[in-house]
Amino acid sequence: MKAEIRVALVGNPNTGKSTLFNLLTGLNQKIGNFPGVTVDKKTGYCNLPDNRRAQIIDLPGTYSLYPKSRDESIVFSVLADRDSELNPDLIVVILDASNLKRNLLLYTQVADLKIPVIVALNMMDVANKEGITIDVNGLSKKLGVPVMPISARRNEGIDELKKQISYANQFALQQDTIDIKALAPQLIDSIGEEMQVDNPYYALQLAHQHETLKFLSPDESSRIEELELQHSFHSQKAQATETIARYNYINDLLYDTVTKKATAHEENTSNRIDKVLTHRVFGFVIFFAILLFMFQAIFSWSEYPMALIEQLFIWAQEGVHKLLPAGPLTDLLADGVIAGLSGVLVFIPQIAILFAFISILEDTGYMARVTFMMDKIMRKVGLNGKSVVPLIGGFACAVPSIMSTRTIENWKDRMITIMVTPLITCSARLPVYTLLIALVVPNRNVWWVFNLQGLALTAMYLLSLVSAIVVAWVMKHILKARERGYFIMELPVYRMPRWNNVLLTMFDRAKTFVLEAGKVIIAVSVILWVLASYGPGDRFNQIEKKYNQPQYGQKMKPSEIEHAIASEKLESSYAGYLGHAIEPAIRPLGFDWKIGIALVTSFAAREVFVGTMATIYSVDGNADEIQTVKEKMGNARNANTGQPAFTLAVALSLMMFYAFAMQCASTVAVVYRETKDWRWPFVQFVYMTVLAYLASFITYQLLK
Amino acid sequence: MKKLSQLEIGKKAIIKEFTDLEMSVKLMEMGCLPGEEIRVERVAPLGDPIAVNVSGYMLSLRKQEASTIILQ
Repeated sequence: MKAEIRVALVGNPNTGKSTLFNLLTGLNQKIGNFPGVTVDKKTGYCNLPDNRRAQIIDLPGTYSLYPKSRDESIVFSVLADRDSELNPDLIVVILDASNLKRNLLLYTQVADLKIPVIVALNMMDVANKEGITIDVNGLSKKLGVPVMPISARRNEGIDELKKQISYANQFALQQDTIDIKALAPQLIDSIGEEMQVDNPYYALQLAHQHETLKFLSPDESSRIEELELQHSFHSQKAQATETIARYNYINDLLYDTVTKKATAHEENTSNRIDKVLTHRVFGFVIFFAILLFMFQAIFSWSEYPMALIEQLFIWAQEGVHKLLPAGPLTDLLADGVIAGLSGVLVFIPQIAILFAFISILEDTGYMARVTFMMDKIMRKVGLNGKSVVPLIGGFACAVPSIMSTRTIENWKDRMITIMVTPLITCSARLPVYTLLIALVVPNRNVWWVFNLQGLALTAMYLLSLVSAIVVAWVMKHILKARERGYFIMELPVYRMPRWNNVLLTMFDRAKTFVLEAGKVIIAVSVILWVLASYGPGDRFNQIEKKYNQPQYGQKMKPSEIEHAIASEKLESSYAGYLGHAIEPAIRPLGFDWKIGIALVTSFAAREVFVGTMATIYSVDGNADEIQTVKEKMGNARNANTGQPAFTLAVALSLMMFYAFAMQCASTVAVVYRETKDWRWPFVQFVYMTVLAYLASFITYQLLK
Repeated sequence: MKKLSQLEIGKKAIIKEFTDLEMSVKLMEMGCLPGEEIRVERVAPLGDPIAVNVSGYMLSLRKQEASTIILQ
C-alpha cells in the first residue's frame, strides 16, 4: 500500500492519542518494530476526503522531546531522521484541552522543528466540565496552525480533522515560539554548518541527543561532541533555560485564550475515587481482591475455550493420520507440528484474558495508582513502582511482560525487573503443576473450605513471588546504578475503559505471543519428535524384530506389544541417549532418565513437559490426555529403585525445578532483544538453573 | 527554607527554586515551575511517594524528589 502523505501522531501520555489512532485507521493497522530498536511501531492507513491515502504513524507518548525512556527516544529520532522511511510530511500534535499548559510544552518543541503541524484539541468536554473555556480561533491565530477540537472518545470532529490533514501544506506555517539561537548561539551555528542543517532547534537537539541517535555516524557524533566542548555547552543547564523560556511563551499564549472559572478547590470525582482506592488499608485490600478476581477469571473463563482448542487439534491430528498415507512425514506433521501448534494456541485464551484485564486497569488509570501505592515496597527490594505491571503480567507470560518493562526509565530498575520476571509462575507452568499436584497431593479439604490441591497450587504461586522479591533484593546490591533513580509520574484522571482499545490490545498481544513463542515451540516440537523417533545404528529394527517373534504374540495383546515397542524404541532413541547421559546429574534430585528427557525438552518451553511425558509413557489416543498421562505416571516405576517413579518427594522436587529453571527459549530470546547483550540472558539462565537444581536437591533429600 | 517534602497534606504553596539541576529539568518538564502553585493532595499508604496538584493535573513523586523543590 502506498500512501501519498505520511502523518505522525505526537502527544503526551493519557491524551487519547491511541484512541485517535484507532479512529483514523480502524482495523487497518499493523504493529512492527522501529528499525534497530524494539519499540512497538504502530502504523496504519487512513482514507482522506480527497481520496488520497495517508499513512498514520503512532509515536510513543512523551512529555518532551528529551527522552526519559527507550520508548520516548523514538519520537525525536523519527521526526529528525530525514532519510527514514517514517519521516513525516505532517505532524498531528494531540493536546489534552483540560491540561493545556503542560501539553503545550511538547507542541512548542515539535513546532520548532518546522515540520508542518496541525493541533488536535482533545477532551474539550472534560475541559468544559472543569470550567475551562478555550478561544480555539484565538489560539489557532497565535500559533499559526489549524487547531481542531475533537473528542476521540465520542468520535467527534474526526472528519474535520481528516479534512484538515488533506489540506495540509508542505510548508510549515507555525509561528516561532522562543528565541532558540539565544540558548547556544555559536554552537547552533557551528553544528548547522558542520551537519548542513538550517533549522536551529534541530541543530540544538543534535547537540543534546547525538549520543543516542542511531542515524548519526560515529564520526558525526564525535564532531558534534568536539563542538560542544569548544563552546562549553552544558546540556542540562541549556535544557532548564529552554524549558523555562517555553513555559513563559506558553503563559503568554494562554493569557488571553484560556479562561478558568475561579472556583473554590472542589473535590472532583477522581479525587473521591482516589480516597478509597489509595486508602491506607482499603487500597491494598482492593488491589489484592482485584488480583484474585483476575486470576480466578483467567483460569475459569479460559477453561472452555482451551478445551475447545485442544479438541480441535485432536481432530486435526486424527484427521491427518486418517487422510494421509502412514509414514514418517505424516507422523511429523501430526505428532510434531500439529501437536506443537496446539501447545501454543491453547494458551491464547489465558493470554487474551490477562491482557484484557491489564489494558482495562491501565486504561482506567488504576494501574498508575497501583504503581503509586507499591513504589515504596518495590524500591526496598531494588525495583520500581512501575515494575508491578510486568510482574503481574508475568503470571500469564514473561515474554510480553518483559517487553512492557520499556516504560521503566531507570536502567537498573528495568534490568532487575527483567531478570526476576521469569521467576513468576507463568501460565506455561500451570499444566506442569496441575499434573504433578493431581498425582501426589490428595484431593480433600482441610478446615472444610480449603482444597489441599488448591492450597498446593497457591503455595507455588506465592513461592514464585517470594523468590522474585528475594532475587531482586540480592541483585539490588550487585548491580551498579548507571543513573540516579527517580519516580515522577502523572496520575491520570479516572476514566471508563475504552472497549475498542481493550479488544485491540487483546488481539495484538495474542498475535505477538503466537508469532514469538509459536516459532520456538513448533521448532522444538519438531526436533523433539525427530530425536524421539530416530536412534543411532540399527537398534530400532532390532526392537521391531524382537517383538515380531511369536512368543510375544501369544503372551501379549497387540496393543501391549505396541506399547512395549514404543517405549523400548524411546529408550534407544537419541532422546533416550540424552536422558541417560544426564541421569547421573539429576539422580540426586530423584529423577530418572525419562524425567531427564522431559527436563531437557522443557528447556525450550515448559509446557512441552506434559507432551513429553505423554510420548515417553506411550499413551495411545489423545482424548483426555492429562488424565491418561497421570495414570501412566502413577503406575510408572523408577528403573533404578523399583519404587513408584513419582513419589511425593520426586513430584515436589520436579515442581521446584520447574518453579526456578529458565525453561523458555522465547524468554531468553526476548531478554536478548530487550537488553541487546547476550550476557543478560546468559546470567539469567545460569542463576535460575542453579537455583532450580539447589531447590530440587534440597526438597528431594529432605522428603525422600 | 521550606521544601515541598515538608508541606502538609491539603496545604498549597508557590514553587521558588530547585536544589538539584538534573531533577529540576525533569520536574519543570512536568509543569513544576518556579512561580507555579503546588498543593499536596495525598500521601501513598506507606508514606511515600506523594501526590501533588500542579499546573492543573495530578503528579506523583517521591519525597526525595520533593525535597529538591524549595517553596516560597
